[in-house]
Amino acid sequence: MTNHWSDLQNTDCALIMGGNPAENHPISFRWLTKAKEKGGKIVSVDPRFTRTSSKADVYASLRSGTDIAFMGGMINYALENNLIHREYVAEYTNASFIVKKDFEFNDGLFSGYDEATRKYDKTKWAFETDEEGNPKKDKTLTHPRSVFQLMRKHFSRYDVDSVIAVTGTPKEDYLKVCETFCSTSKIGKSGTIMYAMGTTQHTVGTQNVRAFGIIQLLLGNIGLPGGGINAMRGESNVQGSTDFALLYHLLPGYVGTPTAIPEHATLEGYNTKETPSGGYWSNKPKFLVSMLKAWYGPNATKANEFGYQYLPKGNKNYSHINLFNAMYKGELEGAFLFGTNPVVGGPNAGKEKEALSNLKWMVAVDLWETETSAFWQEEAGSDPSKIDTEVFLLPAASSYEKEGSVSNSSRWMQYRWKAIDPKGESLADLEIIHMLVKNLKGLYKNESSAAAKPINALYWNFGEGHHPDIDLVAREINGYDLSTGKLLKGFGDLKDDGTTSSGNWIYSGFYPEEGKNRSKNRDNKDTGGGNFLNWAYAWPANRRILYNRASADPSGKPWSDKKAVIWWDESQKKWTGNDIPDFKPTVAPADPGGTNPFIMINGGVAGVYAPTLNDGPFPEHYEPFESPVKNSFSSQEINPAVVIIEGEFNLKGDSKKYPIVGTTYRVSEHWQSGSMTRNQEWLSELAGHMYIEMSEELAKEKGIKNKDKIIVSSARGDIKAYAMVTKRFKPHMMNGKKVHQVGMPWHFGYKGYATGDTANRLTPHIGDANTTIPEYKAFLCDIRRAD
Amino acid sequence: MVEINLNRRQFLKLSGATAATLAVVELGFNEKEVHAQTKELKIAKATVTPTICAFCGVGCGILVHTKDNTVVYTEGDPDSPVNEGTLCSKGTTIRQVFTSEKRLTKPLYRAPGSKKWEEKSWDWMYETIAKRTKETRDKTFIEKENGMFVNKTEAIASLGGAALDNEETYLLAKMMRGLGVVYLEHQARI
Repeated sequence: MTNHWSDLQNTDCALIMGGNPAENHPISFRWLTKAKEKGGKIVSVDPRFTRTSSKADVYASLRSGTDIAFMGGMINYALENNLIHREYVAEYTNASFIVKKDFEFNDGLFSGYDEATRKYDKTKWAFETDEEGNPKKDKTLTHPRSVFQLMRKHFSRYDVDSVIAVTGTPKEDYLKVCETFCSTSKIGKSGTIMYAMGTTQHTVGTQNVRAFGIIQLLLGNIGLPGGGINAMRGESNVQGSTDFALLYHLLPGYVGTPTAIPEHATLEGYNTKETPSGGYWSNKPKFLVSMLKAWYGPNATKANEFGYQYLPKGNKNYSHINLFNAMYKGELEGAFLFGTNPVVGGPNAGKEKEALSNLKWMVAVDLWETETSAFWQEEAGSDPSKIDTEVFLLPAASSYEKEGSVSNSSRWMQYRWKAIDPKGESLADLEIIHMLVKNLKGLYKNESSAAAKPINALYWNFGEGHHPDIDLVAREINGYDLSTGKLLKGFGDLKDDGTTSSGNWIYSGFYPEEGKNRSKNRDNKDTGGGNFLNWAYAWPANRRILYNRASADPSGKPWSDKKAVIWWDESQKKWTGNDIPDFKPTVAPADPGGTNPFIMINGGVAGVYAPTLNDGPFPEHYEPFESPVKNSFSSQEINPAVVIIEGEFNLKGDSKKYPIVGTTYRVSEHWQSGSMTRNQEWLSELAGHMYIEMSEELAKEKGIKNKDKIIVSSARGDIKAYAMVTKRFKPHMMNGKKVHQVGMPWHFGYKGYATGDTANRLTPHIGDANTTIPEYKAFLCDIRRAD
Repeated sequence: MVEINLNRRQFLKLSGATAATLAVVELGFNEKEVHAQTKELKIAKATVTPTICAFCGVGCGILVHTKDNTVVYTEGDPDSPVNEGTLCSKGTTIRQVFTSEKRLTKPLYRAPGSKKWEEKSWDWMYETIAKRTKETRDKTFIEKENGMFVNKTEAIASLGGAALDNEETYLLAKMMRGLGVVYLEHQARI
């Protein structure tokens, strides 16, 4: 989230799309309710009339997978009706930049496309630059090749009638959404966009979010209270686990992993290639070297490039889908699973289960026996005698049986104290990881093989006992000035010469001095604007609203007093206000860079045009991998830049055989793959059955009644469930063509108190062109009565 | 130890006890006798520890009441500016994460081809897992590729971690990269 939960109360309009906070983030909704009490509006856009929709002032439906058409139309509506914050757009975004003549867009394809590799040559999308390499600009925004004019042209195709013919949204609803949300372009108003997996789990997921970014920049809503783009995180620490880089392409703090390319052969080569000339990322070498010092300690020296060579360097996309494809093909021998249940939660889950049996060994660390750790059992439909996988199931302590911090959606790092000893023989994951490393280090101790070197060099100094000293871990994350041994005050003090360490630079500063772990802060006095600066610690540097420099005009004065966050105080010669400036506090508006709020980006302005993405600098509508209709925007049916895995691992369904759009969702009473909730008595009783939700119209066509047992099938598999016939789904009407949609919770499996068939046996193995996040939210299926 | 604002708790406990006492005194009963028969509140004398909810990313504060080595009660933390004492259905029932009979309490091992779990000791688990990891790693380790150091194994994967604490995710990333694991993924991708 650029903003945070309690800041939602400051919004004039919340557009909630691709998320359902009333059911899935219920307590967040109280802040929306407060916004409503102050006159704010809630707009809900969803294929289904959810409980969020029931609390909204405006609701519009759309067919799953048509978000870009929907938002493209809103961008066009804002531009055509001049409902934009023009000065903000001209000063704080790259709308004024001039794009080279090489940029073109024809029939769904941007210039530079290579069909054989399904990749773009992104140099075709570059900006025109002056002698110093800076982009040429036209702040009048009238140059025909300015980003602004190219954007206007690109989205002019998204007129209201073309849009609703794709999305199936009733016209009056669509216009009402555009009108309501675009009213936040007025100075003194702010609007927020809240989304979750309904936005990201598509082959165009990244561009869905991009479309949100563009409209928010056009409306001048980023950096303001009650504004921003707010991804609602689904797990208690998925923010933290992402920050700490449990992802193939990242090191802690969003530093990209070095890869097996010649430019990354040395630390110097990596730094040269990956460090931009401007923006805060120009400090990347300091972040990386300080991390290497934390990881390799005294074994990281200037002479050995601070241990850079110890880091693994991959040469491919190792993301979830590809990981399971490799497992399916027998390329993996072992796997560690920490509190994860892909046999329920993974896409095309039937295939992911099959893949597990190709492992030689699997270590599962969990509170429960899950469908994944028990994949070999007869109950799972397996023949145990034919599965040779050794499984080690380690009992883990629950969240309050240990201590540590978690980072919520707001980037607030909050401490959890230990309330009770771990149940039975279960142990904290911290101890399990620590003991595994200690055992491995023991085995390698006397070896000097190639494999032994990196593990022997790994600095592991968290105390002598079985249970590591968590305070030492926290300090290592924060980092030290290695010449004095003192804790670092913040990431501004990091160096690239090996004299500082920090396990994760974005968290540096949470533990600035002895006895002061700021994630433990519990002063709940509102310090202004609902920012609660003394409650917990928000990374980076305790800033609560990111890009808050943009809440003030170029001269440093808030755009409006009502939406003030920080402002330039000429008498003190610094930025001041209700929040920690997300900006260098002493850089005056008249100083170089003083009007560039987007400090992470080279150039300091936000990108309405993004020439770095894999699938184009502007979002463009493509149909999902499986779609009931042809793409009416171009002859490119699906995102031209997605990687398609052919064969058994990813069977594709045809709309003749599977004419219904399927999607998945969650309910309040269950959580993710259900292992944490289906193993509890009360929640199992509250929501005990797997069901498929459908419209009255579809039920009538199929002769299905409420509570009938039905079968849903896709190209990947069949599942059985109860029919839930509701008014919450309506058939989508697109140019007179009727398309039905069904939805289902994905929480169920065969373990626990509440059991049911797994929705993800239906979903495909295809991912977004940038992130490879699977397309769970729009697939084709059919339904029939089970008897 | 954590400083938490216990005034409200203490107030509630006190007022409950006082009300009970006053009621019996006013009715003219033998105060001591009746008091002895009054059932004590479940959370009386319980230890209260603040935590953050383990479910979604809202990060609600929860107070965990423990007594006699079990969790007797959980409730929303009124001091938290995120939830101000409120909780959803999952947060409300978080006590059952501890009390559920389905919790694993012992390390379990399944041998190749076997139909069942066997209980094992932690030491045996650590030693055996480390041995397996080393065997696979040594066999598949790639030190160099096209003349450059790549120090990786493509035969071991690590999945999951969105429910771990920050300190744990940090150690997990450090461990896996230290081993040369490139297939490092978790729920943020799915």
